[in-house]
Amino acid sequence: MSTQTLWLTILGAGVVTFALRLSFIALLGRVEVPPFLERALRFVPAAVLTAVVVPLLLFENGAPGISLGNERLLAGLVAVLICWRTRSVPLTLVGGMATLWMLQAVAFGA
Amino acid sequence: MATTTSKLEGIHLPRTAARSSPAVAALVAGARAIVPVLFALLPFGLAFGATAAGSGFSPVEALGMSVIVAAGAAQLAAVQLISAGASVAIVVLTVLVINLRFMLYSASLAPHFGSLPLGWKGLLSYHLTDQAYAATITRFEEGETRGPDRRWYFLGTGLAIWTTWQAATMTGVFLGAWISEGWSLDFVLPLVFIALAVPAVKDRTTGAAALTAGVAAVFAAALPLNLGLIGAALVGVLGGLAMEALTGRKKK
Repeated sequence: MSTQTLWLTILGAGVVTFALRLSFIALLGRVEVPPFLERALRFVPAAVLTAVVVPLLLFENGAPGISLGNERLLAGLVAVLICWRTRSVPLTLVGGMATLWMLQAVAFGA
Repeated sequence: MATTTSKLEGIHLPRTAARSSPAVAALVAGARAIVPVLFALLPFGLAFGATAAGSGFSPVEALGMSVIVAAGAAQLAAVQLISAGASVAIVVLTVLVINLRFMLYSASLAPHFGSLPLGWKGLLSYHLTDQAYAATITRFEEGETRGPDRRWYFLGTGLAIWTTWQAATMTGVFLGAWISEGWSLDFVLPLVFIALAVPAVKDRTTGAAALTAGVAAVFAAALPLNLGLIGAALVGVLGGLAMEALTGRKKK
């Protein structure tokens, strides 16, 4: 990607992101959200975020890695558990990273 | 003369104080409340900076992205897509999908910011992040921060996050080569998403949305141009709607 194209991409991403942020804050009182869209929007966070996470944990170099040897999957599951129990972002990050490092150390030693 | 001056001061000072002081207090309170979250933001910003530098971004380009987009998860995904050779349209579309949740936050905050002038709406919208939203919405809904102070409270939160994000990005860019590989700091990306996704699952319907989206993501991952994410997200929304229809019927 050329420098020019890169800046175009960054600008496009910025405009799109800002538009999403501003959307309802700017429109309130002028446009009403259709009830169906409102119901569908409610599922967006859970759906999108999970759809982002799963491939990041599951795929190693493009191939599915559902095994005990997949350190990222294991550390990710530990992070899910920590987050579920504590609801703490710092604990989730620290716990997840620590688990990954430990698993990698064990794998390296083995 | 002395009495006149003190009289003038006596008239002048309280008025400015009355106008600016609650605003400043709210600004500071907002910034202070977000401090614990900033510690979680640091490694995330470092990871972004390091990944960007590792993918051939110049410091200006990396910082430019942090200033212009100002949405960590989308930025990391964008950098990874760009270095994989994706087109402008795909990167922008992916950013759109990842940031769709901001629309929900916007809808949720709109009643609190709806009466502000457009300039304020723009400024606060720019600072609308997962962290800022999570840290303010409960306060606003419980009426802990009153009407006119809300904008300042939110701005304080936003500015603290913004400053941390830019500083962490820069540090990550310059420490990039030193941080990267061995530490697996890129793993912060899935971790941040986990920390966002888990609280998004609130009940059976949102759980169904997450589950169907997750399963769909496995099968859709083979799709080209990162369409898998969009497809899986749509399947997840349908899954949530389906579960809602099912449980709704059961209640009757």
